[in-house]
Amino acid sequence: MFKFLFERDTWQEVYDSLSKNKVRTVLTMFGVWWGILLLIWLLGSARGIENSFNRLFGSFATNSVFVWGQSTSKPFKGFQEGKRVRLTLTDAKKVEENIDGIEFVVPRNQNQGFVVRNFLSGTYSVAGDYPLLDLVQKKKLIHGRFINQKDIDDNKKVVVISEDIYKQLFQKDEEAIGEYIKINSMNFKVIGMYEVTSFGGPPTDMHIPFTTFQQIYNQGEQIGWMMITGKPEADIRQVELDAKLLLKNLNKIHPEDKRAFGSFNFGKEFAKMTGFLSGMQFLTWFVGIATLFAGVFAIGNILLITVKERTKEIGVRRALGATPFEIKRQIIVEAVFITIVAGLLGIISGGLILILENKLWGQGSEAFLVNPSVSITIVFISLVILVILGTLIGLIPAFKATSIKPIEALREE
Amino acid sequence: MLKIEKLHKSYPIGDSSLHVLKGIDLSVESGEMVAIMGSSGSGKSTLLNIIGMLDEADEGNYILDDVPIKNLTEKKAAIYRNKFLGFIFQSFNLINYKNALDNVALPLYYQGLKRKERIEKGLFHLEKVGLRDWAHHLPNELSGGQKQRVAIARALAANPKLLLADEPTGALDTKTSHEIMDFIQSLNDEGKTILMVTHEEDIANMCKRIVRLRDGVIMEDKFVEQVRASQYV
Repeated sequence: MFKFLFERDTWQEVYDSLSKNKVRTVLTMFGVWWGILLLIWLLGSARGIENSFNRLFGSFATNSVFVWGQSTSKPFKGFQEGKRVRLTLTDAKKVEENIDGIEFVVPRNQNQGFVVRNFLSGTYSVAGDYPLLDLVQKKKLIHGRFINQKDIDDNKKVVVISEDIYKQLFQKDEEAIGEYIKINSMNFKVIGMYEVTSFGGPPTDMHIPFTTFQQIYNQGEQIGWMMITGKPEADIRQVELDAKLLLKNLNKIHPEDKRAFGSFNFGKEFAKMTGFLSGMQFLTWFVGIATLFAGVFAIGNILLITVKERTKEIGVRRALGATPFEIKRQIIVEAVFITIVAGLLGIISGGLILILENKLWGQGSEAFLVNPSVSITIVFISLVILVILGTLIGLIPAFKATSIKPIEALREE
Repeated sequence: MLKIEKLHKSYPIGDSSLHVLKGIDLSVESGEMVAIMGSSGSGKSTLLNIIGMLDEADEGNYILDDVPIKNLTEKKAAIYRNKFLGFIFQSFNLINYKNALDNVALPLYYQGLKRKERIEKGLFHLEKVGLRDWAHHLPNELSGGQKQRVAIARALAANPKLLLADEPTGALDTKTSHEIMDFIQSLNDEGKTILMVTHEEDIANMCKRIVRLRDGVIMEDKFVEQVRASQYV
């Protein structure tokens, strides 16, 4: 039945009728071309933005909340309002033990440090950290390693520095690992260097072991803030509420005191952004598919008009012995052929636009669009849909064409 | 060759219907050249359309080459049209975006012939109507007479048993009309059966038999002395 598709004559007929009516053909194709171009372009760009988000936050535990102590706003159990609240390691431990849905609790400290190397110096932020930090906020290490448990256990004077600090304290191409720098007049050995990513929580210039930090800043059990990461399925807002309530209880703070603890719920903000992304994707699909449909209907419409124009021709063909099936087949093949050609052109030009976008905005680590692309499956599916729609839409003019009796078609005006 | 008995045809017009053919009996032998005449509305075109299987009769029998033509599906009708009949129209009805050769070869395409064979046969028939040199011209590059000759070549291409012509000279001037008639006569001389509708007395006289219709019945059916068109050319 489909043998005719491989016959030169079929395509000669299609070519003749399409090429002899160029304006009509081009106008017809424009709708589908534009529809699929838009679909590919929008989907690819949305993917690019999504990719750039993922790259930005990929190394970061996004389902997390930061909590720090402030001062109370309500008197409670004999304490006046305005009491300074400091979180401790015990608080962190209790939170981790008692709250449901928690993956990690990472206690952190940060302070300013005066850093000297040879004749270069500067004031930078110094953070005291556990190796755990590397799990929730992956450091992109260029050289060396991050702090490990042994550093913690032995209160080692080692430091992991950012690339920016390296550039300020070291000569170009100078080996940093194993070198010593002075932090607050104490020698620290550089064990690692990381690349600063555009996102990764509060910016820090260098990390030293938590225990070492406790010693040199005389912190005792106190911590600056804790980063609480929830399990992927956990509701991070609930985790935040539970943790705060527990902390108030532990620190003898009024349960309704809203100012005792400050927090930043990263999970909540991130959900907003991903919600925006999926909204954008939905819109993309909707717009693309709607345009595609409009394009296919335009083809049907124009074919219908041309059938009217070609009534006489179809009548002649039938008088010469064309069966209704052959006429229908001819019109459907024409419809499918222009949909496919227009679709392919749309895919190609959509792809070219994505390549151009990638060239313009997709380069470097700060790229707005990362690898804007459309999966081959989607391209394939949309082609199949096009073929099906093309066939269906071709059926309308085809049936119209054969419903006209040859005698009516040939009647002299 | 062709036998029609008690043929009736009416067309619905609003609520009532128009009885166009009221019992036509006609039989045509092989090799005849018949002119069907009549004023407009006499039913001559309807008769030709029924003979050409473009339309169907309400009542009566129609036998073409021993094949009863009745209750045909569109597909069967198309195959019979292709096999038995060649059409020549008043307004030529060439496909305007196909060149002369492709137009002539079109019925062969629907016969399922290979392209090479189609071109060969198409050129042969163009040669026959004297337009071989014009094979690759589009219809709008041809004169009226040339167009009609291409149309005749197309009608001949499938080697039909019966040629049906609907006012073949209706759109042509006298001189060209005579040339076309001369050619049609020569086809008849070779043995083709030809049936044509015309309302021009002199064209009808170039046939061998004249059937006059009036109000859906045959008024007169006579054999005439054929006037040769060649004497005017």
